[in-house]
Amino acid sequence: MNRGMSIIVRTATRLVYALILVFGFYVIMHGHLTPGGGFQGGAVVASGFALVLVALGTAGLKGVLNRHLLQSLEEVGALAFLGLAFAGVGTAFFYNLLANSGSIFGATDPSALASGGLLPLMNWAVGLKVMTGIASILIVMIIGARKEAVE
Amino acid sequence: MTLGQMPFVVSALLVVLGLYALLFKRNLIKMVIGVSIIETGVNLFLVTVGYRAGGQAPIYTYSDPSAVRVLPTPQALTLTSIVIGLATTALLLSFVVFIHRHYQTLDAEKIKELKG
Amino acid sequence: MNALLHHAPVLLVAVPLLGAFAVPLVAKLGANVRRSFVGIIALLTTAIAGYLAASFYAAGASPIVYVLGGRMSLPSGMVAPIRIMFEVDGLSVFMILITALVALAAVLYTSSNWKERSGGPMKDSLMLLLIVGIFGMELTGDLFNFFVFLEITSIAACSLVGFRVWRGRSQEAAFKVMTLYTLSGLFVLLAVGLLYGQYGGLNIAYLATMIGSGTALVDKIALGLLLTGLAMKAGAVPMHMWAPDAYGEAPGAASIVLVANSQASLYGLFRILFTLYGSAYSPQSIAWILIALAAATIIVGVTMALIQRDIKRLIAFGAVSQIGYMMLAVGVGFAAMTALEPADFGFVALQGGLFHMINDAACIGLLFLAAGVVIRRAGTRDLQGMGGLAHSMGWTTGFFMLGAFALAGMPPLNGFASKLMIYESTFKLSPVLAILAILASILLLAVFLRAFQAAFLGPRPERLNGPQSVPASMLVSMGLLAIVVIAFGLFPGFFVDKIVTPAANALWNGRDAYIQAVMLGMGG
Repeated sequence: MNRGMSIIVRTATRLVYALILVFGFYVIMHGHLTPGGGFQGGAVVASGFALVLVALGTAGLKGVLNRHLLQSLEEVGALAFLGLAFAGVGTAFFYNLLANSGSIFGATDPSALASGGLLPLMNWAVGLKVMTGIASILIVMIIGARKEAVE
Repeated sequence: MTLGQMPFVVSALLVVLGLYALLFKRNLIKMVIGVSIIETGVNLFLVTVGYRAGGQAPIYTYSDPSAVRVLPTPQALTLTSIVIGLATTALLLSFVVFIHRHYQTLDAEKIKELKG
Repeated sequence: MNALLHHAPVLLVAVPLLGAFAVPLVAKLGANVRRSFVGIIALLTTAIAGYLAASFYAAGASPIVYVLGGRMSLPSGMVAPIRIMFEVDGLSVFMILITALVALAAVLYTSSNWKERSGGPMKDSLMLLLIVGIFGMELTGDLFNFFVFLEITSIAACSLVGFRVWRGRSQEAAFKVMTLYTLSGLFVLLAVGLLYGQYGGLNIAYLATMIGSGTALVDKIALGLLLTGLAMKAGAVPMHMWAPDAYGEAPGAASIVLVANSQASLYGLFRILFTLYGSAYSPQSIAWILIALAAATIIVGVTMALIQRDIKRLIAFGAVSQIGYMMLAVGVGFAAMTALEPADFGFVALQGGLFHMINDAACIGLLFLAAGVVIRRAGTRDLQGMGGLAHSMGWTTGFFMLGAFALAGMPPLNGFASKLMIYESTFKLSPVLAILAILASILLLAVFLRAFQAAFLGPRPERLNGPQSVPASMLVSMGLLAIVVIAFGLFPGFFVDKIVTPAANALWNGRDAYIQAVMLGMGG
């Protein structure tokens, strides 16, 4: 279990980490209005995780990023995406059920946040899967490389 | 050759560079970098296909309704391609990690257990 | 029921995808629950595929179009083929039947509980993802969607090849295969980008109406890139060296799904050549290039199989040579189509090549599965280290012999029927090629007889004594493929009329029907 980099880097990381996460969630949430969306926002959040892994070392992992939790969240994201695709199966697969319908995500004004039907929900599902997936890949690679360096 | 055709030339150059790195370099990591450069070249080509002269970004609510906008479909294609490239590079690199663990070398000439 | 038929094309992709995503969660409930879950998903998928095929043939074999995400007419009133569509015609249904058969056999084989190592849920998930990708490639009517499913199959297939991380050779094989698959996918993407830039659409039917109306050079470059990319993925010489590594190093039943993957990229090649471009816009030299590559593949595959000591690599080289037979037959058919007057033997060639696809899937499947059982039992892959297994594994011996004889073209098995059609039509085009193909078949029989003798006959080494029975599910999956081999061999005419002729029709003169199904459907 290594302690990461110097104290300046560690302090700065602790300050900046939350901001990166907020920015990533902002990109996911506004995917249907501005450039961004599920994958892009998920990649930003995952880069925040990468910052924690590099700066705080594997000590920063404990209690925050648990491998089994990440895997379960990944499947939840994938199944949520597929479930939303099945939601409109009365008309066709992937039919946008809530668009322009006046209910929860169905505002007709195209610049409103709560518009776009199923798209923001799908953005969240994809964002969840991407952030947990890339975090899993990073953890496996870093821990695998450390184990090799020790042997 | 007009200025608007330069991105196509750059994209072709990137693909050729990537192919050179893939075919003629012996280090496995350099081969992976070559594949990544080819992907970048193809993505650049896709985005350039959608360009319309003097166009604005294709965001419906933030642009002038009567302005010329670039095509959004190639941008969606490029996004998909970037995601696929991420997954591919991650997979290739994990295979390189395991190869190093088994053979203790990254030289493609020395890893020849599968021959014939 | 009507709703099920209406959504059947997309359910074929959605149900295995649901299975692939849910398997790791279900696995937390226990290994037996996971095995039955995967088995149920496979049976459900096969049932949907069979139902779709039956309704399709009963309704007169006209193409079915399924629009994802809504109707073809947009809410604003504009009618254009913008949405992603699945289009099912005779050739797609034929390929779906092959994939469903292979998928069922593979899942049944993997769900046995004979000395299972760790990592079970991940292997099931990857295999289901690969099946999703193959179904998607065969059903889609949109060129970029085809690329996406192609990449899904690449990633899943390479993960399966490198699954056994404790063997160094499998990692090396997986790296080689992944670079090649990625390169082929990028060539296909480049061609799709070129065609989109030229014509402004991605739908295959829409592009088929527009081909030829733009710059001819762009069309030709796109055709060349597409053919190169898909031929690389199918395993044609000179880009075939990944195939024996991949098929040989993949665990157990994953090899036969990899063979189905190669056949699906061959399907993509046929779809591009016959439907997207058609015989009017491609020169006859393409047919001769295909025939030359196919002949080289046949020869290289068979001769390299002669010197192999690893049983799985031997069968893998046999699989490579059979891909050459399919390409040869379709190349002959294309040459006959683009000749000055389309000759009849071209249709027979197409029938032979397509029939050989399902025969090859069943026979190579039998061989790989039997080899998997033999490797488990003998503990080694080397032919010199085995022997005398026929006494204790009667069924497996029979299945291996059946697969080997059928693949080499012995009557009354299915390989004989399809190879006869291929020989007849190739002879009319060029007698030398037909003689080459026949000689390669004989050589293949010799190769398999050598493997059979080394593994099953002869004296048994000391360490292999002692009873060990083969699990029932493995025998059932091999029996399923054996039924196909025998049935297709005893009644070839029946099966050719029912299944293969609509597929050959879709290639020979079905281009207009394919286009009209989308273009005329723009009315609603």
